Amino acid sequence: MPSLGADMEDGTLVEWKVKPGDVVKRGDIVAVVETQKGTIEVEIFEDGTVEALLVEPGRKVPVGAVLARVRGVGQAPAPSVAAPTAATVQPPTAAPLTAGAPARRVEAPPPGAHRPRASPAARAAATRLGVDLSVLTGTGPGGALTLADVERAAQARAPRAPEAPTPPPAPTPEARQQAMRQAIAAAMSRSKREIPHYYLDTRVDVGRAMDWLREQNAARPVTERLLPAVLYLKAVGLSAREFPELNGTWVDGAFRPAKAVHVGMVVSLRQGGIVVPALHDVPDKPLGTLMRELGDLIQRARRGTLRSSELADSTLTVTSLGDPGADRVLGVIFPPQVAIVGFGSVREAPWVVEGRCVPRPLVTVSLAADHRASDGHRGAAFLSHVERLLLEPEKL
Amino acid sequence: MNRDALKKTVLDALSTVAPELAPSTLRPDEPLREQLDIDSFDFLQCIVEVDRVLGVSIPEEDYGRLATLDGFVDYLARRLAAPGTQSSLPTQESGR
Repeated sequence: MPSLGADMEDGTLVEWKVKPGDVVKRGDIVAVVETQKGTIEVEIFEDGTVEALLVEPGRKVPVGAVLARVRGVGQAPAPSVAAPTAATVQPPTAAPLTAGAPARRVEAPPPGAHRPRASPAARAAATRLGVDLSVLTGTGPGGALTLADVERAAQARAPRAPEAPTPPPAPTPEARQQAMRQAIAAAMSRSKREIPHYYLDTRVDVGRAMDWLREQNAARPVTERLLPAVLYLKAVGLSAREFPELNGTWVDGAFRPAKAVHVGMVVSLRQGGIVVPALHDVPDKPLGTLMRELGDLIQRARRGTLRSSELADSTLTVTSLGDPGADRVLGVIFPPQVAIVGFGSVREAPWVVEGRCVPRPLVTVSLAADHRASDGHRGAAFLSHVERLLLEPEKL
Repeated sequence: MNRDALKKTVLDALSTVAPELAPSTLRPDEPLREQLDIDSFDFLQCIVEVDRVLGVSIPEEDYGRLATLDGFVDYLARRLAAPGTQSSLPTQESGR
């Protein structure tokens, strides 16, 4: 069961899209799971052949539980009681994903609690397999936990994991609603507890950007019209590339910069609640492509058919209040990310241009960032960079 | 196409983004976006849907006239009565 964000604890398998013997390719949708964020299509992350499906539809299993066994290309068939191997369905992409996993234990350690000594491999495996290191006894040097210790623990626990007595009934909208509130509560509480936020904001004259958008849209068919949000996304994506300390994750006491820029976009749902799917490789895509992908993401987010990779690998987040909204939004960082950029509503207001006060459409752009990973000086430079890009929209 | 048919087209387009829409409780002379809690993306989806159904392509500068259900229907009625009009219609109301 992949972790689809810092706030996910478990998921219910709804449907298998493959059967034993099927050949699968990286990116294929192999299963559908029901989570607090709606119904998610689970993609597989390597090529191979499905050997066994280990979880029946209807069962609720914790993040990290093995859903299926897949034989990698060129691998010998596994013995029938194989422990989870590298070829099992795993959370996508090591870095951002393992980063999300500690959310399963959102309680802060009690004061004085020590971090168990463990090798990096053991730590990574524990995160992946959902093993709590603090309850294990190490067999390594000085009692340190080794990879083998973690794998033994995961194996010992494995048969218990899918222990749902009967398939749970389909969740009611109210139950789903409550689950989403709890997921948001867990992630946001963790954020406010663990992340020392600092906040900056700046007002940006978006007159040129809005004029430029109007011109563009006049020449575009209705299906290809751009929204201001897509300019914001691109400006943030390009800026994030120049400010690596704002683009990545804080995991195990250290910042891990991300190579790519995947911007999470906060999408509010009509029935209440939010989801934050990722737009991948934002700096490299033209505005038209971003708009199409954004539209597709918003629609699927609201319909509840996002894919696992879209919920798991954002490297920073953008929230845009749109119109009608409020003047500014100071965001709460989505752990384990280290920054969220907020765009208030566009407001016409007095602005000084060349010594004269004139009415201009202004938007307040804010940055909430993790002070462990960056400082206000760089944060301010980041906001200036975003402003500069929005002043020259034709270059986006 | 009469006003009732146009009204139905607009309501159908709105219900693609606001499925719980109850036409009987919608006040025709009050802002749609606040009543239905739809954002700019939802609104754009409605415009796309109206374009698909009626073949009326609504330029951005006319969005202001679509703020209420009555306004939306009036606008479509005038656009359909003056075929070939691609761009903005002369304004009858004051302001947008």
